[in-house]
Amino acid sequence: MQHAIEVRGLDKRFGQVHAVKNVSFTLSYGEVLGFLGPNGAGKSTTMKMICGFLEPTAGHVTVAGHAIDEDPIAARRAIGYLPEGAPAYGEMTPRAFFEFIGRVRGLERRYLESRIREVVARIHLESVIDRPIETLSKGFKRRVGLAQAILHDPRILILDEPTDGLDPNQKHEVRSLIREMAAEKAIIISTHILEEVDAICSNTLIIADGRLCFRGTPAELQSRSRQHNAVLLRLPEMDAIRVRGELARLPGVAAIDDLGRAGASHRLRVCAQEGRPIIAPIAERVRALGIEPEEIAVDYGRLDEVFRNITLGSLTDNRRALT
Amino acid sequence: MILSPQTLAVARRELGAYFATPVAYVFIVIFLFLAGVFTFYVGAFFERGQADLLPFFQFHPWLYLFLIPAISMRLWSEERKTGTVELLMTLPLTLGDAVLGKFLAAWAFTGIALALTFPIWITVNYLGDPDNTIILVSYLGSFLMAGGFLAIGACISATTKNQVIAFVVSLVVCFLFVLAGYPVVLDFFSGWAPPALVQAIGSLSFLTHYSALTKGVVDLRDVLYFAALIGFWLYANTVVIELKKAE
Repeated sequence: MQHAIEVRGLDKRFGQVHAVKNVSFTLSYGEVLGFLGPNGAGKSTTMKMICGFLEPTAGHVTVAGHAIDEDPIAARRAIGYLPEGAPAYGEMTPRAFFEFIGRVRGLERRYLESRIREVVARIHLESVIDRPIETLSKGFKRRVGLAQAILHDPRILILDEPTDGLDPNQKHEVRSLIREMAAEKAIIISTHILEEVDAICSNTLIIADGRLCFRGTPAELQSRSRQHNAVLLRLPEMDAIRVRGELARLPGVAAIDDLGRAGASHRLRVCAQEGRPIIAPIAERVRALGIEPEEIAVDYGRLDEVFRNITLGSLTDNRRALT
Repeated sequence: MILSPQTLAVARRELGAYFATPVAYVFIVIFLFLAGVFTFYVGAFFERGQADLLPFFQFHPWLYLFLIPAISMRLWSEERKTGTVELLMTLPLTLGDAVLGKFLAAWAFTGIALALTFPIWITVNYLGDPDNTIILVSYLGSFLMAGGFLAIGACISATTKNQVIAFVVSLVVCFLFVLAGYPVVLDFFSGWAPPALVQAIGSLSFLTHYSALTKGVVDLRDVLYFAALIGFWLYANTVVIELKKAE
């Protein structure tokens, strides 16, 4: 099947600054791609090039089968785009703004009206539909930007930080909207909220310093954690030292972190070698010692730790980009 | 010429934006007030005792010089400042659609302001028996010249995110164009530039081309001059946006 988005060898320089370095990836319909990276890593610049706002210094972008440099209009028609910061015309009301977007997109009048009704209901904008956008709260402004992007029911959605500035309920709302749309669309979202990746993305890309340095599923990302499949134990204080000594000798155990006291008990984290599951042998050994742990659980790893390792690593050793 | 639906959508939004804020009303009131002051006090409309609108039209270049940059300054600099230019330029329209749409909206707005001077036309017809053809041609000439000012202002507005800078620079550039045929400007060049260039610069003067039209003489060259001027600056506008949008 044809890819929704195909990016090959994308490169962008602003004078001396090399903002995006040889980025390549593809995206299919039905996928939600989470674009991760520290601020200033090149996420927004890459998105701007995919949408045809900026011209790449080198490389090619194909959107819905249209090369963005050869047929930009056809490519843009297929895309719904929420730019960074959700810009909108402040003096307009959301209704007038949507009508403008619909007209430029060439939507037929009746269809446009019904789409505005649907989208406004779906994103809960009824209460502000006739108020100037500049008077709205940050959360509403962001949702107006999102509504604008999905107005023409595009097959490809590119959303630059769609949940920035929203409260937890609104974030949840937007995420479930994205999940609902995911089945038939190809979606790219950029974010620096890692839980978001876990919640909605089927794939992630990490960009640091303009380079692509990770591509995989959120689970694969998590499995890179030192703590992946580690076992968390809570034990009575008096048993902790003995258990620690015993478990350290167990095959498959890489390290044991002392997480300190919690009331009358003690907490340990037993890290697994190469992230292989070790809960069964640990539980067995602890019980063999005649100790009943107060709590035993598996830690699947911390995304923020992996994120730090990947992005800081690529900054310091400048290793070759994964492509 | 057939305008694309995208151009019309942009023009409609832009024209609405003028009236969404008090800017439009302030502008129109001040324009009408100043036009009146110039015509009746400076231009001595009554004292001349002639049934024509020359005292009204002859001050238009000077009125436009200050007022038109105030209309054009926000056209692109505001889009760049608020980031909406990114939204606009990722919609399925061409750069030409956007530039033309915005320009047409601003031009239509000045057209509205100009049309609202109609009481003066009624006045002169009530008081005497003027040559209404000359008046009509003068109105068209004034409207064309306004388009020239606007095209310059729109292009300069695209070079900066700051509306004040856009205003001041537009005013200076428009001033050079208004007075291109006069010593103020020509003396800059006559010392060192070849005479042909000096003459060419002199022929760019708004005043020369406009004053012919206010006499009721429709010379195709004057009309073409303004049309070419508008075309040139709008083209420059697209180039500037293309170059500056990354910033």
